[in-house]
Amino acid sequence: MTAPASPFPGVAALRQTGRLFSLALSVVRNSVRRPFQAREFIEQFWFIASVTILPTALVSVPFGAVIALHLGSLTRQIGAESFTGAASVLAIIQQASPLVTALLVAGAGGSAICADIGARTIREEIDAMEVLGVSAVQRLIVPRVLASMMVALLLNGMVSVVGVLGGYFFNVIMQGGTPGAYLASFSALAQLPDLWISELKAIIFGFMAGVVAAYRGLNPAAGPKGVGDAVNQAVVITFLLLFFVNFALTTLYLQLVPPKGM
Amino acid sequence: MGVEVAVEGLTKSFGAQNIWRDVSLVLPRGEVSALLGPSGTGKSVFLKTIIGLLRPERGSCVVGGVDTASCSEHQLYEVRKLFGVLFQDGALFGSMNLFDNVAFPLREHTRKPESEVRRIVLEKMELVGLTGAESKLPGEISGGMRKRAGLARALVLDPEIILCDEPDSGLDPVRTAYLSQLLIDLNAQLDTTILIVTHNINLARTVPDNIGMLFRRELVMFGPRELMLTSEEPVLAQFLNGRRLGPIGMTEEKDQAALAAEQAQLRAVTDTLYGIAPQLDPSPGLPPRLAVRRRKDRVMSALHQFPIPTQRSVIASLDAADRTRYGIGAPA
Ligand SMILES: Nc1ncnc2c1ncn2[C@@H]1O[C@H](COP(=O)(O)OP(=O)(O)O)[C@@H](O)[C@H]1O
Ligand SMILES: [Mg+2]
Repeated sequence: MTAPASPFPGVAALRQTGRLFSLALSVVRNSVRRPFQAREFIEQFWFIASVTILPTALVSVPFGAVIALHLGSLTRQIGAESFTGAASVLAIIQQASPLVTALLVAGAGGSAICADIGARTIREEIDAMEVLGVSAVQRLIVPRVLASMMVALLLNGMVSVVGVLGGYFFNVIMQGGTPGAYLASFSALAQLPDLWISELKAIIFGFMAGVVAAYRGLNPAAGPKGVGDAVNQAVVITFLLLFFVNFALTTLYLQLVPPKGM
Repeated sequence: MGVEVAVEGLTKSFGAQNIWRDVSLVLPRGEVSALLGPSGTGKSVFLKTIIGLLRPERGSCVVGGVDTASCSEHQLYEVRKLFGVLFQDGALFGSMNLFDNVAFPLREHTRKPESEVRRIVLEKMELVGLTGAESKLPGEISGGMRKRAGLARALVLDPEIILCDEPDSGLDPVRTAYLSQLLIDLNAQLDTTILIVTHNINLARTVPDNIGMLFRRELVMFGPRELMLTSEEPVLAQFLNGRRLGPIGMTEEKDQAALAAEQAQLRAVTDTLYGIAPQLDPSPGLPPRLAVRRRKDRVMSALHQFPIPTQRSVIASLDAADRTRYGIGAPA
C-alpha cells in the first residue's frame, strides 16, 4: 500500500491487481465460514434479480434474433442452411448468453453493490464493523458475491432459452427455415458440455462482477465523488475482465472438449 | 482490569505523504489519556493504527501481548475484543436503527437472550442521553446524537480500552460536560484505559491523566498532566491556551519571520489558563479512581527529572494526605 515512489511504471497497477486477487481469495475462504449470512444473501439476490431480469429479457430476444438472422443469411450463401439451428444455438448458449448476462449483472447489480459498499466505506461503517470483530468480507461481501453468481446462473438459463426460442422463431418464421432441419442440426452438433460451459462461464462472470464491485467499493478515493468514480471504474474494469476471461475460457474449452463429429 | 497500550517508533505514510513518524508513547493501564493536535495532523490515523485498521511502515503497538502493527488478521480480531471505539462521525450502520446499532456487538459476540440485550442497550442509551430515540435511523438524527449513539455502541461490551475520536465535536458545552463526566465515571467503575482525541481545551485540562500532542508529523510531547499543563513547550502551551500566538498557524505551520514577530508579543501576554487545573472527580457514590493514585506515584517518583516550575506546581497541588504519603513538609 505504502511503498516509496515506484521504481518502474506499472507497479501500482500490479499492486491493485494483487489486492483484487487477495480479496477474491478471501471471499472464497470466507464463503465457507459459519454463520452463513442467509438473510443478507436472500435480500441481495432478490435485489440483483429485480434490477436485472427485465433488461436481460428485453436484450436477449433481439440478441437471439440478430444472431439467427446473420447466421441464416450466411449459411444460405454457402449452402449450409440446414446447420443454421445448431450454429445459432451454439453461438447463443456459449457466447452471447453468458456475456449478456454478465454485462447486465455487472452494469445493474455490480454498480449498485459498489455504490452501497462505497457509501459504507466512507461513512466508516466497514471500519466500525472490523473493529467490532466482525469480518466485513464475511458479513457483507460474501452474500453479495454469491448473490450475483446465483443471479448470473439463473439469468443465463433464461437468456439461453429465450435466445434459442427467438432464434427458432426468426429462422423458421422469417427466413423460411424448416423446423425439422433446425432441430436435427441442433441435436447433431450441440452437446451437453456446451450447456455446462455456458453455466460455468455465467458463474465465473457473476463472481468477477461481484468481487470487482466490492473491491472498488471498499477502496474508493476520498469523498462522495470518490464513490461515484469507483462505481464507474468497477463497471469498466468488469467489462474488460469479462471479455478477456471469456476469450481464455473459450480457448480452453475448444482445446479440452472435442467437437461433436457428424 | 484495564490494559496497557505501548506504542514504539510508529511511522505512517500514505504513498509519498508522511503523516507522522517515530511516535512512541505508553497509555498506562487504567488511565485516561488525551491526544491533542491541530486538524489534519493524523490523530484519527493514529487511532486506526492502534486498532490495526491501518498498518504502519515501522514501529510496534503492543496491546495485551499482541503487536497490532504486525500481527495476523486472526490475532487482530481477538485483540479488538478488548477495544471500544468511537469513530469521528459515529460510524453507525445506516441500515439499522439506533437500538439495533447498539445491540449489534451483543448479538454478534454474546449469547445473551433478547430480554437481556434489551436491558443492556436501554441502559447504555440512557447513559449517553438517548432514551426514546431507539427506533430512529442514523440518517434522521443530528451529528451529536450519532456520536453519542456511537459511544453507546462502543461501551456495550464493557471494553478494557476505549478510544474516542473527538467525542466533543458537534456537541454543545453542556453535553460535552456530561460526556467528560461519563468517561471519568466509566474509568472509576471499571478502571478502563481511555484515549480521547480532542480539540476541546477545557476537556484536555480537566479530564485526562496524561496528555500528548501531535504536530508537524511528530509527537511533540506525551506525559502526565502535571508535566504537560505546566509545560513551556511553545506548541503545547499555545494549544492548551487556545492562543493565536505560537507555532500553530491557520495553515498548520507559520513561517519563521511571523513567528519571531510573535515571540516578542508573546512575552507580554500573561497566561490566564497556565497551571494545573483541578481534575474532574467521579460522580458522588462511585469509588475513587485508582488511576489517580497510580499516576501520582509515578509523577512523584520522577519529580526530580521535571523542570523546576513543574515541580513547584506539583507540590503546590498536593493535599495534606499526599504530603504525608510522599514525605513532603507543609508549604512554607
Ligand atoms: N485512507 C487514507 N488515505 C490517504 N490519506 C489519508 C487517509 N486517511 C487520512 N489521510 C490523510 O492523513 C492526514 C491526517 O488525517 P486525520 O487523521 O483524519 O487528521 P485528524 O484526525 O488529526 O484531523 C490527512 O492529510 C488525510 O488527508
Ligand atoms: Mg480526525
